[in-house]
Amino acid sequence: MTSRVRKVVFLVAGGMLALLLVWGLAGLPHFGAAHAVDGTMLNQVSVRERHITDVVTAVNFDYRGFDTVGEEFIFFAAVLGVALLLRPQSGEGSGHHNDFATGRAVPPTSDALRVLGLGLTPPTVLFAFYIVAHGHLTPGGGFQGGVILATGVLLIYLAGELDDLHGLYTERALERSEAIGAGGFVAVGLLGVAAGSAFLENVLPLGQLGSVFSAGMVPLINLCVGLEIAAGLVLLMTTFLHQTIVLRRLVRTRRTTTDASP
Amino acid sequence: MRFLPYGVAIWLFMVGLYGIVTSRNLVHQIISLSVVQASTYVLLMTVGFRTGAAAPVFADIPTSRAAVDPVVQALSLTDVVVGATVSALLLAIAVQIHKKTGTLDPEDLRGAPDL
Repeated sequence: MTSRVRKVVFLVAGGMLALLLVWGLAGLPHFGAAHAVDGTMLNQVSVRERHITDVVTAVNFDYRGFDTVGEEFIFFAAVLGVALLLRPQSGEGSGHHNDFATGRAVPPTSDALRVLGLGLTPPTVLFAFYIVAHGHLTPGGGFQGGVILATGVLLIYLAGELDDLHGLYTERALERSEAIGAGGFVAVGLLGVAAGSAFLENVLPLGQLGSVFSAGMVPLINLCVGLEIAAGLVLLMTTFLHQTIVLRRLVRTRRTTTDASP
Repeated sequence: MRFLPYGVAIWLFMVGLYGIVTSRNLVHQIISLSVVQASTYVLLMTVGFRTGAAAPVFADIPTSRAAVDPVVQALSLTDVVVGATVSALLLAIAVQIHKKTGTLDPEDLRGAPDL
């Protein structure tokens, strides 16, 4: 199929799909007129029932907690897949990282970037912990805080050398943190089973509404998720950086190009 | 105005799909997929929005105050996480394809030897 034929086929089929979408979505309540029964009910009960002021977190880690376990393991599996896909292949090994265009060694990090990176890292890490710890009170939680924490680690890389992160890559610290985070969520969920209740059913005291130590198991789960997301994202970043900067083809093999094929 | 956000979701979906179909670069194709996913965020937010309602965070507002649907917001968090992981996996595959074949153009990959 040539690209022209494919474009024509897409325009016909896509036009019909768009019409179908317009027809379907036109049947939904108008923008601003939503009347979600379950959402309204959750807004009314979750503050009193779970001592959580952020209802989105209450849905994610309590009412819909089991789904979030699945979501967390989707992330886990994807990180595993990337680490597996980008592992050193046969004939590859660590090489000197040279500038691609000139072949010279990569120049050292500039002082401005170093100062800015190191200066921004502590507030970023502090902010990440704040977001994780207050997930049940204000917008935030393990997923959001974990991403911010990973940004802090990326700033360390920007301010220094790749070797600073290389220790993390080789020492398996990230894999361990990620596994502990993923397993910790399930372990907290099993507390409910151990207490004779259901999986992820809250068994811890609910605490005083609005305090950091409230909402039962939700802050604990957020801590586990934050650890897993941060470790997983740093693992992703170090894997990609290792792949593009460190790994080199050691044995010169003939590149298979497809230019000759019709 | 009453249909505009739904229209934006449909537009993003179709534009991303067009990018996937006509793309000549795998990285561009993956970003087009992210655009398709972005349409689902818009759709979820639209479905749950109520005019004049507050965010479903009762840290500083009374629980009697009307708030938007928290369920679709929680769903879009799941959506974002899954979208990011799918992009990471696809980019890793693109890196390996480029290493093995020297090209990122899907057209050139036609009839390529086993990767």
